[in-house]
Amino acid sequence: MSPSGSEGSAARRLSVTAVVLGLAAAPFLLGPYAIGTLSRILVFALLAISVNLLTGLTGLPTLGQSAYFGVGAYTAAIVATRLTDVGMFQLLIAAAVSALVAAVTGWLAVRARGVVFLMLTLAIGEIAYSAAVNWKSLTNGTDGVSGIPPVVPLPGMPALELDGLVYLYVLAVFLALFAAVSRLGSTPFALALRGIRDNERRMSAIGYPTRRYALAVYCGAGALAGVAGGLWVSVQRFVSPGDAGFEIAALALLAVVIGGSGSLWGACAGAALVWLTRDYLGHLEAVAGRGPLLLGVFFVIAVYALPHGLAGVRLPPRLTRKRTA
Amino acid sequence: MYGWLDGNFVSVIDGVAFGLLLFTIAVGLSLVFGMMDVLNLAHGTLYLAGAYIAYALSDGSLWGLLLALAAGALVGACGGAALTFLTQPLARRGHLDQAVLTLGITFIVADLLAAAFGGEVLPTDPPRSLRGTVDLLGHAYPLYRLVFIGVATGLATAVYLLFERSPLGALVRATVADRDMVRALGVDIRKVLYGVFALGAALAVAGGVLGAPILGPGPGVDETVLVLSLVVVVVGGLGSVRGALVGALLIGQVQTLGVALLPEYAPFLLFGTMLAVLVVRPHGLVPSGVGA
Repeated sequence: MSPSGSEGSAARRLSVTAVVLGLAAAPFLLGPYAIGTLSRILVFALLAISVNLLTGLTGLPTLGQSAYFGVGAYTAAIVATRLTDVGMFQLLIAAAVSALVAAVTGWLAVRARGVVFLMLTLAIGEIAYSAAVNWKSLTNGTDGVSGIPPVVPLPGMPALELDGLVYLYVLAVFLALFAAVSRLGSTPFALALRGIRDNERRMSAIGYPTRRYALAVYCGAGALAGVAGGLWVSVQRFVSPGDAGFEIAALALLAVVIGGSGSLWGACAGAALVWLTRDYLGHLEAVAGRGPLLLGVFFVIAVYALPHGLAGVRLPPRLTRKRTA
Repeated sequence: MYGWLDGNFVSVIDGVAFGLLLFTIAVGLSLVFGMMDVLNLAHGTLYLAGAYIAYALSDGSLWGLLLALAAGALVGACGGAALTFLTQPLARRGHLDQAVLTLGITFIVADLLAAAFGGEVLPTDPPRSLRGTVDLLGHAYPLYRLVFIGVATGLATAVYLLFERSPLGALVRATVADRDMVRALGVDIRKVLYGVFALGAALAVAGGVLGAPILGPGPGVDETVLVLSLVVVVVGGLGSVRGALVGALLIGQVQTLGVALLPEYAPFLLFGTMLAVLVVRPHGLVPSGVGA
């Protein structure tokens, strides 16, 4: 986790301000397609942050966050079509339901570590996917839930019809959650999680109930993924089982690995890179429809070439400091 | 009770067939992880490749199936050796990198297969002489599945004897239990690693060839097979042949009976089974004796 803003240098604060201003100005500079892509990248980055909480911070490699993303998306879609079009309520209910599902499933998952944890989360993700396909009375099966009204961010505000406004809504939620997770990084809770990652036996010998900590972060990450799913519904106005599928989970993990586990910025940069590859390269004429192939190559290159992710890439020493003769 | 069994007789036998199919696939995954500490998320892709080989080479004759089986075993052995080669440099870097690498291979191969065969599920017929049904205790049952049960039982027995009863199997099990000790005894571990990975992969591809008429080739089948094999391995116990067999037969029943009895909630039955087993036996039903 990167140091929080208050400790950062002036240069660091300046670059954060520049990024935020750039993101806020995007709707006035970019076309609707690019804005739609940017909204999806922000949603996907939130999912990557959720994976990073587990994989990067706590050392629990997960391939199942698509389950909570999907639960959040379906919850928000059902709330939006049957209850209220107020986004804040959709997100709160999505977060609560996802956290609840994460508590039930996480109770099993956090019994394991390492590869077994990965296997269990992968199975949980696949079960969520097949539930989305088979539980037709709730999810409408493979047809998915459509006819979702445009989102009203807070009670009393107008419905957001324009892509640019939806983007700003997503950006506001994203920044709030990014700041919250970033603050979490310096709390004793986060330190305990890092302790679990680095030496769980010692942590539990000191007296930390490590499994309870793991379950707590699992629920929090589930809630975060659920909010991302809720935002996804506001952007897409549609949800189908594919949104809860294996590919989403794999891409979120890849984003974290590429970004460099443990770094919030890295996770977001990895998310952007992965999403652009999937969305943009897949549409190029020369590689038409070969998006998955490129992504696969991307996975392979990432493993061999970036052992510590983008956040771990260092310029060669010669370029960063003068040699002392 | 008898009436219930009679009503679901076909599902129960289907469950046995499906369980044996799962064993053929999952045993390789389990052993490769148990002894090499390599997590192969491309395992479902091996099945998918086998199913496509069966589709491509089946001409309705028994020879077509046997040819596909031979081709599948060859492709699988080569694939397993290639996977060993690719994952070895990552051995010291932990499982996350192995997971990402094998996921990448999954994406690449699945995309190439989809490009070659299209995006649809391709129904694959058994050879002509094995089509039709036979009478089984008053129920009409597909002949091919019955033959499959026979063949897969033979395969399972052979694998069991090889790993649990032969000197070679003792060596493999010793490697699962303590790799460094076996190395210290002067055994070339790399040969054992390559051999087991190649054999496990060949079994998974052969499973795909034989299983094509049961779970045919198509996009997404690789994920389904991967997840089911992982569940089998987790439930049965990592790195254990007997565990894979017990887990596969259990999950086979849960899947087929679940779909027959509670189609809407079948996915939750799978999770419930996993939960129940791991709460009672955290290391699986038949642990290999290695700390998981």
